[in-house]
Amino acid sequence: MGLPMARQLAIHRLRARKPLDDNAIDRFLQQHSVPIVEGEKCTFLFRGEADEVWVRHRIVGQPQRVPMRRLPGTSLWFVILELPAGSRVEYQLEVRHGDHHEEGNDPLNPHVANSPVGSSSVCQATGYSVPDWVHPDPEARPGEIVDLTVQSAALRRKSECRVYLPARFRTTHTYPLLIVHDGDDYLHYAAMKTVLDNLIHRLDMAETVVVFSNPGDRTKEYANSVQHARFIAKELLPRLEDEFPLLAKPSGRCLMGASFGAVASLSTAYRYPDLFGSLLLQSGSFVFTDIGDDHGGGEAFDPVVRFMNRYRAQPAKVAARMFVSCGTYEPLIVPNRSMVPVFERAGMRVRYVEARDGHSWEDWRDRLRDGLSWIYPGPQKYVYE
Amino acid sequence: MTPPRNPLVLLGPQRRPGLDKVIAGLQLDGPFATITAGWQERELADDELDQHLGGRATNLALWSRRQDVLDRDPDFAAAHRRRGVELTDLQELYLIGVRHTSRALTELRSQTERSERAKRFALSDAEDVLRSLDRRHLERVREINAGFYQATRPHEHPLIAAHRAEVAHLLGQAQAVVITGGHVGELLDALHLFNVVPAGLERLPVIAWSAGAMVLTERVVLFNDNASRGPRAPEVYDDGLGLLHDAVVLPSPHQRLQMQDTARMSLMVRRFAPAVCLPLDPGARVDLTPNGGLPATAPVLDESGNVSTFAALRNVGRMDRGPHEVSEERSGGELRGVTDG
Repeated sequence: MGLPMARQLAIHRLRARKPLDDNAIDRFLQQHSVPIVEGEKCTFLFRGEADEVWVRHRIVGQPQRVPMRRLPGTSLWFVILELPAGSRVEYQLEVRHGDHHEEGNDPLNPHVANSPVGSSSVCQATGYSVPDWVHPDPEARPGEIVDLTVQSAALRRKSECRVYLPARFRTTHTYPLLIVHDGDDYLHYAAMKTVLDNLIHRLDMAETVVVFSNPGDRTKEYANSVQHARFIAKELLPRLEDEFPLLAKPSGRCLMGASFGAVASLSTAYRYPDLFGSLLLQSGSFVFTDIGDDHGGGEAFDPVVRFMNRYRAQPAKVAARMFVSCGTYEPLIVPNRSMVPVFERAGMRVRYVEARDGHSWEDWRDRLRDGLSWIYPGPQKYVYE
Repeated sequence: MTPPRNPLVLLGPQRRPGLDKVIAGLQLDGPFATITAGWQERELADDELDQHLGGRATNLALWSRRQDVLDRDPDFAAAHRRRGVELTDLQELYLIGVRHTSRALTELRSQTERSERAKRFALSDAEDVLRSLDRRHLERVREINAGFYQATRPHEHPLIAAHRAEVAHLLGQAQAVVITGGHVGELLDALHLFNVVPAGLERLPVIAWSAGAMVLTERVVLFNDNASRGPRAPEVYDDGLGLLHDAVVLPSPHQRLQMQDTARMSLMVRRFAPAVCLPLDPGARVDLTPNGGLPATAPVLDESGNVSTFAALRNVGRMDRGPHEVSEERSGGELRGVTDG
């Protein structure tokens, strides 16, 4: 005996409908957001003629190419995936017509996440919502972004940076400093200017000068490069401390980055261990091997793995505090979880946060409040309105 | 005998302002001196406040005056900045001790298989450590502040002296003072710098809420259980102005404290005793007695961590004899000035 109708999923109710014609499907699609989220069951849909359709995602440990089924006698394809509460999953659809395969975003789903390598559709599972502090708040006084060009001898190139000055910036105050790797990507894909405005306005985060730096050859500069570390420590930082009213002491300096940017942050602090008091590391590409050097990550990871293996063999305290976050759906969850006790044993205070998300800019965006309010807490405790 | 003081009224946060009714009830018609330094750079955006005061308010502009001093008196500004850095360090280091002791208390409370007596002793000792940390911290804050004022001698700085004189003049023209909420540290610093208590605050009726109410006490305690980074133990910050004795003012407690965690609230009560913890939610109103004591119906946290009244607290005999009781006995044993809006 099947489930009572009230508890059936929408797609099963549709299947039972007679006649199941185009009009019925039109009405069904008008009535539902896609994917259809019913508890932890998410029904992905595709409408159109095709020989096969798959949902493609990158949840580690799960089949990442999930075939959809055609609703008999119709052009509607579906598959039901179980996604735990709070999940946010980026995906695309792969459609086969004969020998031709086409991959793209879900045309029925308006939610799209952007990144430097393109966009993906987003399934916002039950319990997930975009944090309200991600959206512009008319009450929040905006900070200012100014361009800063640094001629780097270490990198042999100009480095184009953006400097965020918080609202109410005054040269008579001194501010903590945050240096962000992949800065423009954080601004474009993680709404970081808006997030900073909001977190500072809400007193979640201290007024902070934030410098968004950008790589040249990213895989080279961010993979434990001595030149990059020298640029940050010996060129960028002195210039900033000369030009802006900064606290200019380790507790007022933080390096931040995601993925390879986290490696760049960690390796820079490793080379200059007394310089930065805090690190904010998101989905760090902390790939290592326990035996041999076959890591399976491709050539770009070779210097990273050498660095991480060396670090694990001889862990060092590189900063007083570390905020580490990672998505449980990304392959890097294993190395990140593994590194937390290593960092702690080295004498660092670690705050570790996981989310049911992937290796994506929106995941990093959604963790910004946790990270920034921990690294540089705002004056909430002082304000009683 | 201490002369009866002018009315001192503590209010809950003024999200739905009831200030006009308060001043009408006290038969005050101005002029009013307002202190909005807690609003910092928005200090002078006070049109709405002025309306509630019948358009008869003069803002003392203490935050702006302080900024003027910091901008135009570089020697004082440098010393002020150095003191700020030292106080911040002191506060953060004290907090490490508070954090560890609080964790120890949590761990001790979770020891279910131990002898109750031994557990009680251990808890009591850990609470003593917490109180000792609070006491020593406050002493050191006082030392730093005293050293700062001794070294900088603000009254000898012409700009500061001029601002002080103006503030005293404005207070001399005022019938009452209104102090709003905001950043308690900025507010307190401005009040101290311009010597507002001897300049007239102690002689005038005062209506204050939120941070404004906190600074009237002897000891300012910071708290926020609902911070985005998680609950933190309350922390002693600085001496207040000392117009209200033996009370720790807790604005917006249902918003800022985990009030349902009565063990946590109870610890706070014991930690700051003999001062009473005075929760001031929106709508609350506490009129001090003519001798500066708390009225019988003032909301307080009792030893169980629940909200009670000052009268009930006194009746259970928990309190040591403090100025609240003394003041009420002196006023003939009546429980006067009792209102609770």
